[in-house]
Amino acid sequence: VRWLVAEAVAVREETPRTRTIELAVPGWTGHRPGQHVDVRLTAEDGYQAQRSYSIGSAPRREGLELTVERIDDGEVSPYLVDELRPGDRLEVRGPIGGYFVWEPDLGGPLLLVAGGSGVVPLMSMLRHHAAVGSDVSARLVYSSRTLADVIYRGELDGLAGPAVEIVQTLTREQPAGWNGYTRRIDEALLEEVAWPPAERPLAYVCGPTLLVEAAAEALAGLGHEPARIRTERFGPTGG
Amino acid sequence: MSFISRGFKGRRPEGAPPGRIPPGQHLTPDFPVLSAGPTPRSPLAEWTFTVEGAVAEVRRWTWEEFRALPSEEITTDIHCVTTWSKLDTRWEGVSVDTLLEAAGADAPFVMAFCDGGYTTNLPLEDVSDGKSWVAYAYGGEPLEPEHGGPARLLVPHLYFWKSAKWVRGLRLLEEDEPGFWESLGYHMRGDPWLEQRYWGD
Repeated sequence: VRWLVAEAVAVREETPRTRTIELAVPGWTGHRPGQHVDVRLTAEDGYQAQRSYSIGSAPRREGLELTVERIDDGEVSPYLVDELRPGDRLEVRGPIGGYFVWEPDLGGPLLLVAGGSGVVPLMSMLRHHAAVGSDVSARLVYSSRTLADVIYRGELDGLAGPAVEIVQTLTREQPAGWNGYTRRIDEALLEEVAWPPAERPLAYVCGPTLLVEAAAEALAGLGHEPARIRTERFGPTGG
Repeated sequence: MSFISRGFKGRRPEGAPPGRIPPGQHLTPDFPVLSAGPTPRSPLAEWTFTVEGAVAEVRRWTWEEFRALPSEEITTDIHCVTTWSKLDTRWEGVSVDTLLEAAGADAPFVMAFCDGGYTTNLPLEDVSDGKSWVAYAYGGEPLEPEHGGPARLLVPHLYFWKSAKWVRGLRLLEEDEPGFWESLGYHMRGDPWLEQRYWGD
């Protein structure tokens, strides 16, 4: 897998802590929804640092979008969120990962469970689902701390439709009139919003380790087959 | 080096002894958890460890039998393909040499297999001669399920996905075969000092 030179062509703020970076990558050949890339930065003295970031955009040939959350004591994410601007260049290689991937031929129902910036690879799946007009039933269960922390907020509202349902929980603070969930994703919540095990949903769980451990264990506890629960975890040192 | 990322200064590793951090890696004080599915939890009463395949005699140990084998304390650095490295981690485990010798293993490759269906392939020479263990304790405590407990393979000189969590046995093979991640784009051997992360590295 070769390193490719990428140029930031646009950046946009998603939340106070996260930013989407649109990259043009000559030589890029597309990705499968759920995959990630390695990003490498090079300082003036030749020092390099690299990290992995999930791709948020639907597959396309011209490049990709990353949505990056700032880890305050991180090394790479503060640069990507606060410093990078259009015209700047970095290196990427990928796409990486072939398991935490959903494409329409894998079927469904498609159960997506996200905490915080764990929504990014799941958004690639939902955007792809919309782009190809898939009729696979999909449901995103998405936990954020507050409404201001919800990544892709406006777009998520637009994605909801006959085949796609968006279920949100705000665990720390809710706006007046909030009628979504207000607690962490636990077994009772998943029992309410996930399909019954007999319908054999294909589940993708992504977020901080604690959330992923809890959600994956809850799904298994409800009787979902472990082999149909795929997980991806963002450790505390993702930054 | 092809170009510079404008404005990137980076944080040089502090306090890292030279020669301990492979290329492209950075130090972490934490112990991140990465796995492809739910954490399996099998009762110790049902746990066994098996050495099978190209062996003189298939050997199987119960948890009690396994824990009665001679064990070693290991202090070692570990390196995850997702670019974190952790220094001086402390483990206790049974040398894989002990297990291979008991079964009369005689084949050039092994496939480690695990609860949850995970597998990873290794050349015999990477798991023998004191280079790998089946570890059951970390930092002086029983190994937590999220980190692979009750027991995981420990092959610290290779990227950490080779140190299979929830390991339940080794299958000796005449021909190398890709394991789980190795069939999904990750390198067959995974030497961090050669940055063997993905296919073709």
